[in-house]
Amino acid sequence: MTPPIDYETMKLIWWLLLGVLLIGYAVTDGFDMGVGALLPYVGRTDEERRLVINSVGPVWEGNQVWLVLGIGAIFAAWPAVYGTAFSGFYTAMFFILVPFIIRPVSFVYRSKNPNTSWRNFWDWGLFISGVVPAFMFGLLMGNILQGFPFHFTVDMRAVFGGSFFELFNPFALLAGMISLAMTVQHGAAWLVVKTDGAVQCRSKRLGMLAGLLATALFLFAGLAVWSGWVGGYIIKSGIDPNGPAIPLAKTVIRSAHAWTDNFGKYPLMWIAPLTGVLGLFFAAILVRFGKGKLSLFVSGLGIAGVISTQGLAMFPFILPSSSYPGSSLTVWDSSSSHLTLFIMLIATIIFMPLILIYTSWVYYIIRGKVNLETLLGSKESY
Amino acid sequence: MIESVVDLSRLQFAITALYHFLFVPLTIGLSVLLVIMETVYVMTGRVIWKDMVKFWGVLFGINFAMGVATGITMEFQFGTNWAYFSHYVGDVFGALLAMEGLMAFFLEATFVGLFFFGWDRLSKVGHLFVTAMVALGSNFSALWILIANGWMQNPVGAEFNPETMRMELTDFYAVLFNDIAQAKFVHTVSASYVTGAIFVLAISAFYLRKDRHREFAKRSMTVAASFGLASALSVVLLGDESGYAATEHQRMKLAAIEAEWETHPAPAGFNVFAIPDMEARKNTYEVKVPYVLGLIATRSLSKEVPGIFDLVKGAEANVHRGLRAYGALQELRKNRKDKAAAKIMKEDGKFLGYALLLKKYRPDIENATAKQIEAVTWDTVPNVPVLFWSFRIMVALGMFFILLFGIAFFLAARRTLDKHRIFLWVAFLSLPLPWIAAELGWVVAEYGRQPWIIEGILPTFLGVSNVESSQLIFSIAGFVIFYTALAVVDVYLMTKYIRRGPDSYLGHNTDERAKVVRKLVEPAPQPAE
Ligand code: HDD
Ligand code: HEM
Ligand code: HEM
Repeated sequence: MTPPIDYETMKLIWWLLLGVLLIGYAVTDGFDMGVGALLPYVGRTDEERRLVINSVGPVWEGNQVWLVLGIGAIFAAWPAVYGTAFSGFYTAMFFILVPFIIRPVSFVYRSKNPNTSWRNFWDWGLFISGVVPAFMFGLLMGNILQGFPFHFTVDMRAVFGGSFFELFNPFALLAGMISLAMTVQHGAAWLVVKTDGAVQCRSKRLGMLAGLLATALFLFAGLAVWSGWVGGYIIKSGIDPNGPAIPLAKTVIRSAHAWTDNFGKYPLMWIAPLTGVLGLFFAAILVRFGKGKLSLFVSGLGIAGVISTQGLAMFPFILPSSSYPGSSLTVWDSSSSHLTLFIMLIATIIFMPLILIYTSWVYYIIRGKVNLETLLGSKESY
Repeated sequence: MIESVVDLSRLQFAITALYHFLFVPLTIGLSVLLVIMETVYVMTGRVIWKDMVKFWGVLFGINFAMGVATGITMEFQFGTNWAYFSHYVGDVFGALLAMEGLMAFFLEATFVGLFFFGWDRLSKVGHLFVTAMVALGSNFSALWILIANGWMQNPVGAEFNPETMRMELTDFYAVLFNDIAQAKFVHTVSASYVTGAIFVLAISAFYLRKDRHREFAKRSMTVAASFGLASALSVVLLGDESGYAATEHQRMKLAAIEAEWETHPAPAGFNVFAIPDMEARKNTYEVKVPYVLGLIATRSLSKEVPGIFDLVKGAEANVHRGLRAYGALQELRKNRKDKAAAKIMKEDGKFLGYALLLKKYRPDIENATAKQIEAVTWDTVPNVPVLFWSFRIMVALGMFFILLFGIAFFLAARRTLDKHRIFLWVAFLSLPLPWIAAELGWVVAEYGRQPWIIEGILPTFLGVSNVESSQLIFSIAGFVIFYTALAVVDVYLMTKYIRRGPDSYLGHNTDERAKVVRKLVEPAPQPAE
């Protein structure tokens, strides 16, 4: 069977869809992680902490599936990217994974025992599982933007150079901080929506600080790329957008200003970084004045802007290789087969709207502020 | 490949997958039992059934969290530890995992929050709907992951593409309706229902023995007995289906399960007891029941069940054809348009995997010696004693479960469940057995697939990532530490809530309820600010 949409277009659609999934993850699970990171600072007493935890209690599990689906979709659409990134960042991935093991149990187990040290222990779990992945994802994105050392053998086995500690280079640390700050800001906006009183008051302040920090750091990272301090990559020859996925056929060179070329070519793309900067900035202001829902929406836009900025800057690169640029993985030469992309697209068109419908229904059912009374009266709350 | 990396990757996968599967069957089984109990509640309006849903629901929640926590590990692991596998078959396998996310995980994870938090916000029917969606989601998730796993056992609907050096999807229907996958799904899901039913049965028996929560426990037990009996029958009947599928596609696995070295004329006997010896390639001792194997495996009295020696001979032919394909592949790499090579690839391409097995002995496999080829053909034999015994323990437990549920069902029908203390004792002690059966089932299925990671296509040792042993040792140590700690906490909480019992949920006894609620939500002593 030959799918009715040509291969090049399919590859492009999947690049967009994966962007949407990653943004979906950052925006939904982002506020859970932000809430976790804020937990010790906005919740001083046990009751306040329970308020904070229960604000995301009914939804964090569904939100996390954005990550699971995102990984599954990368595996499905770009198998080589999945294998190369996950094994290339082996140790880092382990440190991302551990928080995701700790988090579900921390939520569920924490309030099942009134003992103070028990609860403090799981509060730590929630804190770590908010801060660490938010930071680490940014850190990896920072490394991916600069390229990391790997190449393929003729039978397409990925071989790596570099070490775990080299991941902590200045630009990557900057990216990690951006990711963490915007996550915290997003979580604070959520808390402003769902709580009141002291918790809300503290969230306003911390949310504003995090938002301003995120804005400044993002601008700074933009400058770093603009000035050519962080270079990019350019495909010289040998790429056929309609051709089979053979990453070794092309030649690639490094170039200091490669990552800004796309913005020159397609000025419309400026919308992405602008949304990033303005979104983060205005969300910070809005959260300070207690406009919870609006601020949540605007910081979501900001996050989407930041993520799209990187995607657009690097296009068509997905994983550039710094040691053997020819081995870099791009949208055109690391996709799955035409048929697989097509079938997955059909499945997405059917199920994505369903998911959005029932997820919205759940959010609708749990709308409104968390109430301490019902919370303490219910056996099921965290 | 470095051998220690292969061994460590396998060890890590085995530990984490078996650990994940401690929680999976209980989630699947309990979710369906919850739907049954809640349906009764909605139809009769009797509060005790709601209490049952809430009580078993809390235990479900404790278990579910562990299922999610350990499942994410699995999702990462194909990339972190099996990168070449991911490249080689991601076109098919990745798509199935993504389907699981789209269709199953979103459903169960989105609704599970409302299951716990929605009692006061939803109508009775609305809440039942939510519970049903959680159950549907977890069953769907089993469906998709087992289609993925079934494809690894019987890789249909895909072809090797010499250009991209990987397997690519050709026929999605064939992948979906793969008979191995279907058999696996039915067998594993019924096994999960059995697990859920025994869990409820055993804990209810514990209460009845202590003479606590009688009404509650008797009702729970009745539900568990009838649901469990149906599931146990289906596990055994459909377990046979699974074995039947294996005869068509995985003869070697079947021969190993049966410790059947020589082909026996039909109808073959069944070894109830044997001491297989891998070195000597024979059984040092065996007890046979005539006819039975032929019946189980081929559903007839006249077909032969091929033995290990004959299968190894067949593998030798496959290696030679695989080498022909490998040669053609090298030609095609030099010249994509080489017609002769493309023709050979078409004929023998599906045996390429057999040639790849030789990479264990030398990189330039086209120069393999006759001795190396012989060694490779014997590599296709999985570990006979392990398979033989794992399978027999699983089967014996399967028979025992039918008996157990049969008796429980009989006693429930006569309303004398609480009268037979020995039965209650046996029911309670059966608690760990379904887990043992299920874990051994996976050992049979996965260890029996060796040396293949994709049957006949990709050898396991080629599937690994290029990582260092030290990285693996670090991650395995991490998993062992975290998982052990979590297991302790999980068991602690489970026993705590089981000990405390369902009284805390008795809606019709408001006084007691208030007392317990007060105790449960007592705020922790405040830390000094
Ligand atoms: C027969 C069923 C079955 C099998 C063989 C597996 N799983 Fe599983 N998995 C489930 C049945 C299940 C489940 C019942 O749906 C779980 C268990 C508890 C739960 O919360 O969902 C789950 C949870 C679960 C999650 C968390 C989902 C969430 O966030 O809600 C992930 C990512 C995976 N699994 C992935 C895997 C992978 C990659 C497997 C292959 C090795 C695997 N599972 C084997
Ligand atoms: C879709 C589901 C699954 C897939 C794709 C899968 C795949 C794999 C892979 C890649 C390996 C490593 C290669 C090997 O050593 O055999 C493996 C091994 C193993 N898996 Fe699975 N597995 C799945 C489900 C499970 C589950 C749920 C269990 C049991 C809980 C399980 C039990 C094992 C065991 C015991 C091994 C070790 C075999 C050995 O030591 O060689 N598998 N499986
Ligand atoms: C008479 C009883 C049984 C028979 C004949 C039977 C047969 C089988 C066979 C042949 C396999 C291997 C399938 C493969 O290699 O792909 C298997 C796997 C398995 N069995 Fe059983 N089984 C029985 C009872 C049970 C029981 C009681 C349980 C658990 C409660 C169980 C759980 C499993 C699981 C989880 C697997 C792995 C998944 C799969 O491959 O389907 N089995 N069984």
